[in-house]
Amino acid sequence: MIEAKNLKKIYRSRRGDRVAVDGISFTVGEGEFFSFLGPNGAGKTTTIQMMVALLAPTSGEIIIDGLNVVTSPHEVRQRIGIIFQDPSLDDRLTAWENLEFHGRLYGIDSRTRNKRSNFLLDVMGISERRNDLVRTFSGGMKRRLEIARGLLHSPRLLILDEPTLGLDPHSRRSVWEYIHRVRREVGMTVFLTTHYLEEADSSDRVAIMSSGKIVAQGTPDRLKKDLSSEMLSVETENPDSLNAYLISHYSSLEGQIRREGDGTLLFPLPPGLDLSPWDLLRSIPLPIREASVRRPNLDDVFIYHTGSGLKSENADKRGGR
Amino acid sequence: MIMEKEYSFKATLGGAPPILASPIKRDLMGIYTLWQRDVIRLWRDRIRLVGSFIQPLLFLFILGSGLSPRMGAMGIMRSGRALGYQGFLFPGIVAMSVLFTASFAGVAIVWDREVGFLKEVLVAPLSRTAVVLGKIFGGATNSVVQGSLILLLFPLFHLRISPERLILAFLVMILIGLTQTSVGVLLGVRMTSSQGFMVLMNFVILPLFFLSGALYPLDRLPGWLSVASRIDPLSYGVDLLRWDLVGVHYHSLLTDLSSLFVFMGVMGVLSVILFNKTD
Repeated sequence: MIEAKNLKKIYRSRRGDRVAVDGISFTVGEGEFFSFLGPNGAGKTTTIQMMVALLAPTSGEIIIDGLNVVTSPHEVRQRIGIIFQDPSLDDRLTAWENLEFHGRLYGIDSRTRNKRSNFLLDVMGISERRNDLVRTFSGGMKRRLEIARGLLHSPRLLILDEPTLGLDPHSRRSVWEYIHRVRREVGMTVFLTTHYLEEADSSDRVAIMSSGKIVAQGTPDRLKKDLSSEMLSVETENPDSLNAYLISHYSSLEGQIRREGDGTLLFPLPPGLDLSPWDLLRSIPLPIREASVRRPNLDDVFIYHTGSGLKSENADKRGGR
Repeated sequence: MIMEKEYSFKATLGGAPPILASPIKRDLMGIYTLWQRDVIRLWRDRIRLVGSFIQPLLFLFILGSGLSPRMGAMGIMRSGRALGYQGFLFPGIVAMSVLFTASFAGVAIVWDREVGFLKEVLVAPLSRTAVVLGKIFGGATNSVVQGSLILLLFPLFHLRISPERLILAFLVMILIGLTQTSVGVLLGVRMTSSQGFMVLMNFVILPLFFLSGALYPLDRLPGWLSVASRIDPLSYGVDLLRWDLVGVHYHSLLTDLSSLFVFMGVMGVLSVILFNKTD
């Protein structure tokens, strides 16, 4: 469905060039649910803008549904439904008018338009508010209306750019319910960017993006397994000595040890040594207050590949336009 | 009657792959849709419509009345009788309300960018040219509605205007509206903040108004002012409107018409080119 090859975007300005997307390649299969995971400013939104022909790539190419985005932008756009990170409704129009106008811009005849609008408003639970101005809607309702609008022209590929940003937990859950239903029933391909790892965790495949590069990609399970079978959390009086000990004895842990709270260190079980967590803990010659073992999550994977935390990194909120 | 409720995405959204209409059909539908959006928004915003009545009325009643005793001696004759200043001013103020509303189309584009709606339009399978044209037509419609409301006040200023002249004035306002909306859109397409646009407006829109001859006769101007007024597209619109409504003009009608069309074309084409180059 999507095939990106050596995709690169450089923003040129008098103050110097900024590489937003640095030669990334990825493929997304028909009907697949694919996630881009990364902090703000990693280049996720820029990649999406190149996918919908809002930005021209500096080099490289993207093929969507067999069409080159640069040479057939309109054909590609007709196949894409997109939910933007920031609101994009006309809030001086009613919900119905927003759908109506969208349908017309995508060349849908009025019968199909009405049928689909009725259905989508119904499903999204905003049927009774169809003739109210969008400015009177809550954040969650606006998001649901945007999803309805994105689905109206029956796209083959649904692009979701941080779709649940700024929503309360309840609205977030309902947004995902709808997306999963569409995926299940219509077999639509879904391309998601997010910095919530729970959202990426439910996707078929994940690409981890950092500073314009894809640093790892694969199924969430595979990525976690590749990192390590276990994550160890050890609390001690003297975390500095423990840190020094671990690095000197297990060189692969260099840069992999995270400090959590006052005296707790978190690190993956060094792979390839045929070592159990128990063996490792016993080998530590320092007093241990508390220790626990758990399975790695995507956050651990992310830190392993980028050397920085997913949620703590709060760089440039605008993330390139 | 049986209510049919299909709660299935597959039945409603699945099926035939998307069909792309011909580019021209798509763009025409797009232009119409964007135009209609602007008209709906204008209608919803009737209070603004009434509010924007105030400025022209101030000009006509206060400035017009205040200057009348002096300007009455301007010596402008119309079929043997002296034309009072209010009568002279009237077409200029009609053009002014068209100008101010038309310039608004520029800030409307900036607002659409700020609130994000522009993105929705830009990712639609629609050419940027269609987006610009839709905006120009929408803005021009708004400005002509605004101008017409002022125009209909003519009896208050002791003017007698025949229905044919009113229809002609309507057509002239469409011309002025299209030209000035193109100017507004041209200024707006690259702007990202509406505050910046407001500043720019003061540098462009007010000079356009003051140089247009809406407030004073264009003959016997100092040289520099005469040159400046000649490169102001609005001066030709005002001239045409004044010729139509009160029978006074300073350029030939051919000059007026051809200048308006040339300005409109150049501004429109520039807007399209600039918008096509914008990310």
